[in-house]
Amino acid sequence: MTREEVRARVFAELESVAPGCAPENADPDADLHDELDIDSMDFLNFIIALHKSLNIEIPESDYPELETLNGAVAYLLQKLNG
Amino acid sequence: MHEFLMPSLGPDMEAGTLVEWLKKPGDPITRGDIVAVVETEKGAIEIEIFVAGVLDQWLVQEGETVPVGVPLALIASEEEAAVTSAQPASLPAFPPSPPVIAKTPLTPPAMPQPEPMVRPVAGERVKASPAARAYARAHEIDLATLTPKTPGAAILRADAERGVTEKPPASLAPSPAPPPERKTRPGLDFDKMRHAIAAAMARSKREIPHYYLSTQINLRRATQWLAGTNSSRKPEMRLLMNVLLLKAVAQAVKAYPRFNGFYSKDGFTLAEGIHIGPAIAIRGGGLIAPAMHDCGQKSVDEIMIALRDLVTRVRAGSIRSSEMSDPTITVTALGERGVDAVFGVIYPPQVAIVGFGAPHLGPVAHADGGLAAEPVILASLAADHRVTDGHLGARFLSEIAALLQEPEKL
Repeated sequence: MTREEVRARVFAELESVAPGCAPENADPDADLHDELDIDSMDFLNFIIALHKSLNIEIPESDYPELETLNGAVAYLLQKLNG
Repeated sequence: MHEFLMPSLGPDMEAGTLVEWLKKPGDPITRGDIVAVVETEKGAIEIEIFVAGVLDQWLVQEGETVPVGVPLALIASEEEAAVTSAQPASLPAFPPSPPVIAKTPLTPPAMPQPEPMVRPVAGERVKASPAARAYARAHEIDLATLTPKTPGAAILRADAERGVTEKPPASLAPSPAPPPERKTRPGLDFDKMRHAIAAAMARSKREIPHYYLSTQINLRRATQWLAGTNSSRKPEMRLLMNVLLLKAVAQAVKAYPRFNGFYSKDGFTLAEGIHIGPAIAIRGGGLIAPAMHDCGQKSVDEIMIALRDLVTRVRAGSIRSSEMSDPTITVTALGERGVDAVFGVIYPPQVAIVGFGAPHLGPVAHADGGLAAEPVILASLAADHRVTDGHLGARFLSEIAALLQEPEKL
């Protein structure tokens, strides 16, 4: 997957766990929770969605790497492309 | 014959609008069935029934607003229904079905209307019943493309079903560019919800003599246990810290039942079950704390499942009547990114609310005089002085703290 495709997937999953959260308008380097007003349940649902749709393991200890939009894209790219 | 009444879904609810019947005369009814949808200030609520039998007749039609306590329908017991059906057809014992059928045009509903008169504008909230929303989700149709039977009314399940049968094959569908950012905000009216919260909280502050306590709880063990448990689990099986907090409150309530119940003009009544109402924020504003039934008997895994289900349904606007009326104690947890502490306002007629700030690293002094940064959380209790005193409250809060030191036993 290209960086753009991963980014699109991240945005789509966020929109689906938190409808109306508008990731396209968010600061990609800011904390997702604050920037999109999502809570721990939303974030867990986001992880579940990524795990299912991309078929990758995301241990809880890696959560800090996914806490910004740019961080999440970089983490997933690295996981997908090795 | 049992009268099915407009339920009271909150301390300040005076009336409700019946927006949709989900059972019709002649339908068998079992306990727990969702029979109707009622619009309240807190959104559309699915109304359950707790008798069994057969729906005999509707007394209120869709669209009517009636006060709490007014009979909505008559439910015949199975014996009564058997008697009725045994009578000769020429002697109907009950009036024919209500005239809802008359409202439906006899022309086949499949007649596609080229340009529906009333269609929600893109970006506008679509008024729809929970059943219609669920149906639309299941069939992947956009609510905004549906037209209600009555112009201006909410979209009902029947409209959604009609939408599916009418949906043209994909290849034939002329596809104008989909309107960007269409948000189908479910049946929540933020102004109305603010009004409902204002009424309940004003009444609480007017009538309930609150007292407040707080304590810092060490979460080192709970954090370690959670990390260890979650490390070997698939994401969908992982637990949140809130689940341990809810479970600890449920356990503590067993030992201190005077924080679990209702205060009315006749005084305090202990609740029979432990139905914690976790306060769930709604994106865009407002909150609802619907009952998580029988928390005392649920494992942490079951509480996680129940919490996910409640959060999902609160945000989709499909809460059931018993969940609105049954909470016996409220728990408000600010979550990971909140501030340190929250002091709640009791939701009448309940008598207590437990608050948890954000878990964070804080200074913990150990008995040997050493100081360490450890995960801690500030827990608070706001309770009704007509029922308990600070002494008992302190023991209750300390019990919650103690339970969280042995997370594996929760």
